[in-house]
Amino acid sequence: MRNALIKKKEVMQGSIAVAEAVKSARPGVIAAYPITPQTYIIEHLATLIANGELKSRYVRADSEFSAASIVYGSVAAGERSYTASSSQGLLLMTEVIFNMAGTRLPVVITGVNRSISPPINIQNDHQDTMVLRDSGIIQLYVENIQEAVDTHIQIFKIAEDKEVLLPAMVCMDGFVISHTYEPVTIWKDEAVQEFLPPFSPVYKTDPQNPLTYGSLTDDDKVTEFKYMTNEALVKSKKKIIAVAREFQEIFGNHYGDLLQEYRTEDAEIILVAMGTVISTIKVAVDALRKNGKKVGVIKVRSYRPFPDEELRTALSKCRLAVVVDKSYSCSSGGILGSEIKACLYNQRGPSIINYIAGIGGREIFPETIKDMVVKSEKLAESGKIPDGSVFFDLNKQLLNNQLL
Amino acid sequence: MEGKDRKNNFAPGHNACPGCGAAIGVRQIMRAAGENIIVVSPTGCLETFSSPYGGSAWEVPWVHPLFENAPAVATGIKAALKHQGNEETRVLVIGGDGATYDIGMGSLSGMLEREDEILYICYDNEGYMNTGIQRSSATPYGAKTSTTPIGVCSFGESCRKKDLLEIARAHHIKYAASGTIAYPQDLMKKVKKGLATKGPAFIHLLTPCSLGWGIEPEATIEFSKLAVETALFPLVEYENGELVNIFIPKKIKPVDEYLKKQKRYTHLFSKENAGVLAEIQEMADANSRKYGFRQ
Repeated sequence: MRNALIKKKEVMQGSIAVAEAVKSARPGVIAAYPITPQTYIIEHLATLIANGELKSRYVRADSEFSAASIVYGSVAAGERSYTASSSQGLLLMTEVIFNMAGTRLPVVITGVNRSISPPINIQNDHQDTMVLRDSGIIQLYVENIQEAVDTHIQIFKIAEDKEVLLPAMVCMDGFVISHTYEPVTIWKDEAVQEFLPPFSPVYKTDPQNPLTYGSLTDDDKVTEFKYMTNEALVKSKKKIIAVAREFQEIFGNHYGDLLQEYRTEDAEIILVAMGTVISTIKVAVDALRKNGKKVGVIKVRSYRPFPDEELRTALSKCRLAVVVDKSYSCSSGGILGSEIKACLYNQRGPSIINYIAGIGGREIFPETIKDMVVKSEKLAESGKIPDGSVFFDLNKQLLNNQLL
Repeated sequence: MEGKDRKNNFAPGHNACPGCGAAIGVRQIMRAAGENIIVVSPTGCLETFSSPYGGSAWEVPWVHPLFENAPAVATGIKAALKHQGNEETRVLVIGGDGATYDIGMGSLSGMLEREDEILYICYDNEGYMNTGIQRSSATPYGAKTSTTPIGVCSFGESCRKKDLLEIARAHHIKYAASGTIAYPQDLMKKVKKGLATKGPAFIHLLTPCSLGWGIEPEATIEFSKLAVETALFPLVEYENGELVNIFIPKKIKPVDEYLKKQKRYTHLFSKENAGVLAEIQEMADANSRKYGFRQ
């Protein structure tokens, strides 16, 4: 059955594969701004439209701020809408993304994760998308190109669901996914169309049925509006799980519900992370297991909505959790790590050590992970669990350089 | 007008100040705009007084996104309508001078460059009025605002107001015009033309503000007329880049007649500011020369 749904299976670049997935979702309007860093996603979509293979309207925007605003308008007018950006571009979109969430407009955005300036550096970390965490946007982080392709198809269905109606973002690591090549399966357009029916908005800007969007609202009602957006995001968990399972039934692939666990059944130490570093951690886990260490890993697939209950359950039996963060909140620490600590507070759970690593594209090797595990175990055994987060592998020589 | 003709899709009962030039202007715009239209407004006075939750004055679809992105949102709406094969529904942006001259200028330029049929109307009350009368880049030379106060080192606004119509025209748009609320037939005609333009169109609409200008609420029409009669705000119309219409006042009045009754300019009528007054008169004279008014 699954083979019948395959359009092609070939070695493809991540950006191109994602553009093919977006094409199969048939957005009516695409808007983008080509700032560096952008990716080949928007160029390939432009090519598909130019070739007549995709019947979408493509608007070349004057900034990411406008790109996000254009798709805000097009989805309000009832069209499935898409944009993509990275890094500074995502920061520039931030105000609009809050506006989309509050106005309940289900735009789909690809966030190709790259570092924030300064120092200017176009490599991968998670700082850009993590800044958007308070907006109300759904964020699913992916581990490889196939997962990026399949998650794009799923996320339109999640965002546009009548009980969700929130903007949604596939967060995929810059370069590691966007610019590398892997064997990828692209699904037949008809198969995707059957899985993902056309966008059928509950509300739109229709002169026959005029509505006011973006009212001035007093303090006696604002909290309730914010609460409703928050509730919609919390409730979207169910939809994310349902769509992942429906996708699995039809296409055969599943990347976890909100989390994906690997070798955690009897694990005493569990690593927690997001994105492509999960693959690296799995390699390290296998090696550590060979040496008799009971280690496992949890991939946080859905970062927003935050899988608090799911993490509490998944981490309940281990004695030590090591959270690997590719982003941080200045003076507060790793963002994922801080949130996991918060959701386990007042619970009987493991000790937690939080490392900040992989910033600005610095490679995290299997050896780095093994090193983290060994160091964490020693800290736990000696009762010296650090209170805050730890920047891993800092170059002390560079820090001591007077020129810095 | 009687019965059905009196219906206006900008309904009464909104929260604008008495005599608000912007509200009068929007009534005139919406009388001309027809039913099959979607309106986008950036943050500003209009958004504040027309959209209190549960009491919207809008009887057409109306979208208030953010302060600086209404032209881009309108572009997106237009793109969606085109994708749906809907060529009939019009898209109109009505934004204040802060959203247009200042924070949304980049977004507006993007909209004017693209070829979408969208009419952008800037209602210009020459400052950030509903937030306490701060200066915008539409605030005229010499005017007192809360961020251009007068003092021993200041005569008020020290920069010249941008020439918005020329900025719009520089995008090679097919329709660009100016209007004020004292000439409603003229404005309504221009709105209809702007909405019928095959491409982006732009109208600069002067809307006096009693609060910010320091004039009586009942005087907003009078001052919009004086702005035209002193040649400080010429009423013009450009089609396909050509000047096709100019309203020529019978007699050009000295700028003093416009300025002296506005509290924002009172300080200019002191000895030390005589030079500033002369400079403003020269700005009006330059307009008269440009458009061939008899001085």
